[in-house]
Amino acid sequence: MDDDLVRDLVPAAISVLCRRGADFASAEDAVQEGLLKALDSWSDSPPGSPLGWLITVSWRQFLDQTKSAGARRARELRVTEEPAPSTPAGQDDSLHLYFLCAHPTLTSSSAVALTLRAVGGLTTKQIADAYLVPEATMAQRISRAKRQLRGNRLDAPGDLATVLRVLYLVFNEGYGGSIDLTAEAIRLTRQLASLTAEPEVHGLLALMLLHDARRVSRTGPDGQLVPLRAQDRTRWDTTRIAEAIDILQSALAVDRLGEYQAQAAIAALHADAQHVAETDWVQIVSWYDELLALTNSPVVQLNRAVAIGEADGPQVGLAALADVDPAVPRHTAAAAYLHEKAGDVAEAAALYTEAADKATNTKERNHLLREAARLRETP
Amino acid sequence: MTKYLLLKHYRGAPKGAHDVPMDKWTREEFDAHVKYMSDFADRLEAAGQLVEDHALAPSGMWVRYDGEGKPPVTDGPFAETKDLIAGWMIIDVESEERAVALAGELSAAPGAGGKPIGEWLELRPLMTDETAPTFE
Repeated sequence: MDDDLVRDLVPAAISVLCRRGADFASAEDAVQEGLLKALDSWSDSPPGSPLGWLITVSWRQFLDQTKSAGARRARELRVTEEPAPSTPAGQDDSLHLYFLCAHPTLTSSSAVALTLRAVGGLTTKQIADAYLVPEATMAQRISRAKRQLRGNRLDAPGDLATVLRVLYLVFNEGYGGSIDLTAEAIRLTRQLASLTAEPEVHGLLALMLLHDARRVSRTGPDGQLVPLRAQDRTRWDTTRIAEAIDILQSALAVDRLGEYQAQAAIAALHADAQHVAETDWVQIVSWYDELLALTNSPVVQLNRAVAIGEADGPQVGLAALADVDPAVPRHTAAAAYLHEKAGDVAEAAALYTEAADKATNTKERNHLLREAARLRETP
Repeated sequence: MTKYLLLKHYRGAPKGAHDVPMDKWTREEFDAHVKYMSDFADRLEAAGQLVEDHALAPSGMWVRYDGEGKPPVTDGPFAETKDLIAGWMIIDVESEERAVALAGELSAAPGAGGKPIGEWLELRPLMTDETAPTFE
């Protein structure tokens, strides 16, 4: 039995239990237990109706939990041994599950963990491995998040912006263990896109696909970081890029621009250039202008300054960079690059070395140190 | 989320606010200190923020490579080493502010007279070894 299939059933089972009267936290616990049993036994003999199996086992688990939690609580919940005939989980249920797990009252790490468990159907162990923390710690993070959600109903209106932020976080963070979180983020965003026509959801999906299409070329043979301008573009996944551009164009046609659509538009312009010299920097800068108007983010300002350096020359780029708060991550690295472009090799080498000290991950640090060494070797 | 290392020194940290050496503490003061530390770790775990927690034996040795085919050279322990690590805790938190708040809390462990020892703890972010797929 395919693990992915089992995991697809988790949110549906949670929704059914909630509709039968279970509160979200208990339903989620019960289905997680059911999931572990399924992963354990289905490899030998997969059931005829996997969803029916998972619901039945989880429901039984829920009733056991409720009984052990005391008869009083069981009466309060007014649940019966005989469940109502189960209807398949509706689109609204699935959508509300996303909203609940990414509830704005949760911290982002709690929302990420809960989304991966209740919507993604991952086990606590898999999530813990992905984020390089012990299973006990991750279990606590999840149960704490569920306690915070107590009293929230599954049909409450949600905040789509938080959901998208959480999915993008899943895409960008977490590298340990056996689960590929970028693929998981794409799977969950794709599923969300099938539930809503909201253009930002489709913009985010396009953005993820575009980054993912270039993923293999970002790493050199020895695991080193390869920047966009040096990537082997023949290794890009053109099918994925074409799919992303289709999705993005339909989203843009709705004419409700948002930050993910704008970011995807920038990524699409990069993906569209067969060679780095063909990059349409002028159009990229105009998308950065849009993105800046939407977000007012200093990180966007920084990237915009680099793009200006490409479009209008390094001096203009450096002038734009001078307006960006120097505390923004990668400010020094951007300055190093623009100085190099301006022909100021010694200054660039010194800045690359300085940027390496500020890097927060080893791949990036090593890349910056190598850039500095390369410039020192320049005659 | 960022992981931070909280590094506790036997020696080498600046002098703490209430720096009475442990061999001057009463049994009660010592027990209170130990309890505070373990409660702190429990609270962090309950908050889903504890990654690991280790104490180090104060004695150890220095080791280095000594050429092809030769066994490594060992030396020490050196009683006078300026910096001596006592142990560490790794936490996984949302922000630097939270890491600083937790370090402050750990440094408030009681010592002589039940007063917070106010020792200096070293707080260092851990580097990750992968970049986000979106960085370029």
